[in-house]
Amino acid sequence: MKKTKLFAAIGGLGVVILSVFLIAADHVDAPDVSGTTTDIADLYAFEGDNPNNTVLIATLQGPLMPGAPTNEAMFDESVLIEFNIDNTGDFKEDLVIQAIRRGDSMYFFGPAAPGQIGLNSQVQVTAPMSSVKISGTGETITATNNNMSFFAGPRRDYFFFDFERFNMVTSGEVAPEGFNAEGTDFFENLNVLAISVEVPNSMLGTAPPHVGAAVGLEGLPPAYNVWVSAKRRQ
Amino acid sequence: MKTIYKSIFIALLAVTTTLTFVQCSDDDDNGNAINEPTCNDGMMNGDEEGVDCGGTCEPCAVVLDFSGTYVQEDIMGRPGINTVFGGTNMVKNSFNTSIVSGRMNFQPIFEATMENYFDVYAMSLDLDPELVNYETNILGLDAPTFTTVLAEFDALQVAPDGETTYFNPATGAALTGRNLADDVIDISLILIFGGGDLENLNFSDPETGPLLITDGVGAGDRDFSLAFPYMSTVNQ
Repeated sequence: MKKTKLFAAIGGLGVVILSVFLIAADHVDAPDVSGTTTDIADLYAFEGDNPNNTVLIATLQGPLMPGAPTNEAMFDESVLIEFNIDNTGDFKEDLVIQAIRRGDSMYFFGPAAPGQIGLNSQVQVTAPMSSVKISGTGETITATNNNMSFFAGPRRDYFFFDFERFNMVTSGEVAPEGFNAEGTDFFENLNVLAISVEVPNSMLGTAPPHVGAAVGLEGLPPAYNVWVSAKRRQ
Repeated sequence: MKTIYKSIFIALLAVTTTLTFVQCSDDDDNGNAINEPTCNDGMMNGDEEGVDCGGTCEPCAVVLDFSGTYVQEDIMGRPGINTVFGGTNMVKNSFNTSIVSGRMNFQPIFEATMENYFDVYAMSLDLDPELVNYETNILGLDAPTFTTVLAEFDALQVAPDGETTYFNPATGAALTGRNLADDVIDISLILIFGGGDLENLNFSDPETGPLLITDGVGAGDRDFSLAFPYMSTVNQ
C-alpha cells in the first residue's frame, strides 16, 4: 500500500474503533439497520435430516440478552423476510420463500418466482401459503404443509465468535498479539429470533454449475446461490 | 287479598309459560343444558368473538392484509462479509441496500480494507507495510480474485446433492452450504490471513507472531443433534 493511503488508513482507525461496537456474522453489521427489526444476524443453509431436503434458517434481531430482551422480542408485521434462491447462476433470485408475521403466526409464501427481482418486493399472495404459530421462549411449535416444515420463534444463538477480541484485532488495539489461543465466545449465552424452513430440493429447481468454476475452483458440485433479505413495508 | 292471589296466579302463569317454551326448545332429548351457548347456535354468545367463532370455538376467519411494497434494508449471503470487508459505515449501509448482482464497485473497497488489516500488523511489528500483504490463499485465489468472489458473488452456495458445509477439513468439502456447526470465523480468517499452505499457515503461531487464523472459540455446548428446527430453545 502506498504511504499516502496508509496514512489515510491510520487516520481512519479511530473511526473504525468506534464503529466496531457490536459486529458479528451479520449481527448489527451496519448503523442503518443496527437495533432495528430488519437486522439480519445469520443465514444457514444445509441438508436436512431428510437428505432430499434443504434447510434454510435466518436469524434476526440478535444478539438478545436472556430474560426480558428475549421474551419481549417480536417479529415485525411490517418486515418481509425473503430467502432468495438463484438456480440459474446469474445471482438474481429465481425463487423466493417469503415470511411475514400476522398476529400470533408467521405466514410463508412459496417457493415461487418473485413478482419482481431486486430491492423491492410484494408478498406473493398467489403462491402456496403456509403458517405456523410463533413459538414462545420455552416451546417449539412447528408446522408442516405442502411437504415443507416451518418454524418461527426465539432460539439460542448458534453463532460462536470472540467478537470483542475481533474488534480489538481489527482496530490494532491488540497488535501484534492478535487473537487469544483460548478465546471467549461472546454469543454463548445469547439468543436470536429464528425463521426456519425445510424444503424439498425438488421444489427449488435444478442447481446450476458451482460459481467456483468462474474463478478456477474445479470439481465443486452444482449449487444454488442463496441469500436472505429483510424488507420493510413503505 | 284477592289482589294478592291474582298477582301470584299471574306470576305462576308466567313461570309455567316460560317453562313450556323452554321445554319446547330443548326437546331433542340429548341431555344438553338449557340455553348453553354452542358453536353452531347461530348466535354470538359465551366467549365467542363472532357468531359461532372465536373463544372456545374455531378461530374466526381473519382477512389478512399482505398488500404493499417492501423495500430492502438488510441482506446477507456469506457470514461476515459486510462486517469484515465493508470498512466504513457508509460502505456497510450501501452494501445492505444493494443487490447481489450489482456489486462491482465493492471489490476495490473490499481489497483495500483487507490490505489495511495487514498494514496494521506490519506497523505493530515495525515492518514495512509494503512487505506484509495478503498471500494467495488455500483456495488458490489472489487478492483481486478473492475479493471479487466476496463482493460480486455474495451468496451461500448450497449443493442439493452431497455434503453441505462452509468447509469441512475432515472431508475436504467446501462452499456447499453453511451448517450450524461450521466454524465460519476460523475458515474466514484462514482464507484471509493464512496464505496458501494449509499445513503451514501464516499467522498461526502466537509464539512467533500474531495469531490471526483462529479466534480460539468453538461451538461449546450447543446441541447439533436436534430435529427440525435444529436449534435449541433460548438461553435463560
